Amino acid sequence: MSGLIIEGVTKKFGNVTAVEDVNLHFKTGEMICFLGPSGCGKTTLLRMIAGLEEPTQGSISFEGKDLTRVPVHQRDIGMVFQSFALFPHLSVGENITYAMRIRGHSRSEREDRAKELLDMMHLPGVADRRISQLSGGQRQRVAIARALALNPQIFLLDEPMSALDANLREAMQIELRKLQQELGITTVVVTHDQTEAMTMADEIVVMGRARVLQTGSPMEIYKKPVDKFVAGFIGTSNLLPAKMSGENAVRVGSAELRVEHGAVGQPAGTDVLLMTRPEEVFVRPIGASAPANAVTGKVSFVRDIGATIEILVDCDGHEVISVLTPKDWPDVRIGDAVTVEMPAGACTVLAA
Amino acid sequence: MQEGTRLTRSIGLIPSSVMIGIFFMVPFVLILLTSVSVPTADGDYQLGFSLEHFDRFASWFYIERALFSAGLCALIALLSLLIAFPFTYMLTQFGPRSQTVWLIYILAQLSLSEVLIAFSWQILLSRTGGIANILVWLGLAEKSFSMAPSAGAVLAALVYLAVPFSVLLLYPALSRLDRSLTEAARTLGASPLRTFFTVVVPVTRPAIISGGVTIFVLTLGAIIVPQVLGKPEHWTLSVLITDQAIFNFNMPFASALAVVLLVISASVIYGVTKFFGGKS
Repeated sequence: MSGLIIEGVTKKFGNVTAVEDVNLHFKTGEMICFLGPSGCGKTTLLRMIAGLEEPTQGSISFEGKDLTRVPVHQRDIGMVFQSFALFPHLSVGENITYAMRIRGHSRSEREDRAKELLDMMHLPGVADRRISQLSGGQRQRVAIARALALNPQIFLLDEPMSALDANLREAMQIELRKLQQELGITTVVVTHDQTEAMTMADEIVVMGRARVLQTGSPMEIYKKPVDKFVAGFIGTSNLLPAKMSGENAVRVGSAELRVEHGAVGQPAGTDVLLMTRPEEVFVRPIGASAPANAVTGKVSFVRDIGATIEILVDCDGHEVISVLTPKDWPDVRIGDAVTVEMPAGACTVLAA
Repeated sequence: MQEGTRLTRSIGLIPSSVMIGIFFMVPFVLILLTSVSVPTADGDYQLGFSLEHFDRFASWFYIERALFSAGLCALIALLSLLIAFPFTYMLTQFGPRSQTVWLIYILAQLSLSEVLIAFSWQILLSRTGGIANILVWLGLAEKSFSMAPSAGAVLAALVYLAVPFSVLLLYPALSRLDRSLTEAARTLGASPLRTFFTVVVPVTRPAIISGGVTIFVLTLGAIIVPQVLGKPEHWTLSVLITDQAIFNFNMPFASALAVVLLVISASVIYGVTKFFGGKS
C-alpha cells in the first residue's frame, strides 16, 4: 500500500462543500499537480494532505500510514505557501533551519545544513541576510529550502509561482521539476496555470466545482479531455457543435466526419461537441482535392506572432483556430474560402 | 510649482502645530518655569532661576517615591501584558462577529474611570462586603478581613484598569498577523505552544514593547487608586504632586516633581524603545 492514497475525502465548511468525494492514488516520488480555476477545491485538498484542515469524511494515508487524524506538526511534510510565509524576525539561515531548531539540532548542524541547502538552491552566502533584503525569486528559493531542510516525505506547494514575475516563472518551473526529480520526493503542487502543470507534472488532477474531473499524464489530458470544461481549461481547443450520425461519425453542418476518440458510442442524432487542438487541424485553400475529414469556412483573422501563425476560420458561425509554423503557411488571406482538415485521429467527441 | 506645494503643506501643518503648541508646549514651559522659580519675601513665587525645589526632591524620601512609582508601573505594565497578550491572541482567532462583540465589551470597560474602579475595588476588598466573606463561606478563612489598603490592592486595581487598554493596544498588530506564518511553523514541526513563543510573540514584539511603554506612562499618572486602596507608603509620585499642588499650594515643588516624572517617562520611552525595538 505504498504512495499517497486519498480515499473518499469530502470537506464541508458549514453548508458549503469545498471538496466532494475525492479518490486518488499516487506513486511515491511522483510530481502531481492539482489544476483548476479558483474555488475548485484544490487548495483545500492540499491543506488536508498537510493537516491544516481535517476532512469531514474520508481518509488520507501515505506509505500505508493513516494520516487523517495526525496533527500538522507531527506529519513529515514540507510546505511552500503562496506568500512564502517566511519569518520576518529571523535571518535567511534561521528561517531555513527553523524545523531543526524545533527538534533541538545543534547550532553547527544547523549552520552546515543551511549552507548545503542554500548552495543547492543557487543562493550561496545569504544565510545572514534579513528576509526583507531578498527579491521575490530569492524568497521563493528560501521557502523551498526551508520546506526541504529535514528531507520530508511529502513536499507540498500552494501556487508557488504566483508571487513571481512572469519571466521568472518559466525558469523556476523547470528548476523546481529538476529538483524534484533529483530528490525523488513525492510532490503535490496546486496551480491554476495549465502551462505550469504541463511543464512540471507526472500526473495532473483537473478539478472543478469541488470535484475531480480527470486525472492523467499531461499528454493524456491534453489529447483526450473528458469533457468540454477540461478541454477548455487545458490549452486552446476548437469546439464545434455536431450531431452523432452513426458509429464513429459525426455531422458538422453539411460535412460528415469520421471520429475515433471520446464519447463515440452515442446514438445517432445526439448533440455533441467535436473537439480538436489547433495544431492538429490544417487550413487549405478550397481547391481541387477536397480532403476527407474537413469542414469549410472563411478566414476571419490571421495572427502572425513570429514563431507561430494562427489562422482563425469562421465555420458557419463557429470559430476554428489553426496553429502552424511559418514554413507550413498555406497562403491564405482574410476573407478566403478555405477547407479545414480535421483528421479522424485528431477529433474527440465530447458531451454537449 | 514646488514652492506652491511646499507652502500649502506648511499651511496644512499649522492647525496641528497650534494644537500641540497650546496644549502641550505652553503648559510644559509653564511647569518648567515654575519649577525653577524663586521664592519672594511674602511667601509667593516669581520668575527666576533657583534649583532649591529640585534640591528638595533630592532627598531619599522623594527619590524612593520616584523609584517606587517607576517600579510599580513597570510591574503593572508587565502583568497587564502577560494577561492581555494571550487573551488578545485568542480573540483574533474568533469569528469576526464574536470579535466585534468582545471589542465593544472591552471598549465599554474603558469608560469606567479610575475613581469608579478605585471605590468599587474598595468595596470588593472590604471586610464587611468584600470577597473575604466568600473565603469564609468556603471555609478557607475563619473570619472576614479587609484586603485593603495594601500594595496588592493598588496593584490589582491598576492592573484591572490597564488590561482592557492593553488589549486594545495589542489588537491591531495581532489581528494583522499573517496566519500563514503560524501555519508554516506548524508544518515545520512546531506544536501550537512552540509556534506561539517562536513566531507569534517575536513577530508582534514592536507592538508589545510600545504597548508596555504606553501602559507604563499612563499608570504613572494614577492618583485615586493609590490613595483609596493604598497606605501612604504606597502613594506614587503623581499623588505627591497633587498633594503639593492642591493641598500645600506649593506649585514650584509640585512642578519640580512633575518635571522629574516627565524625565522618568521620557527616559523609559527612549531607553526601552531603543534597546528592545518598539514601534516609534
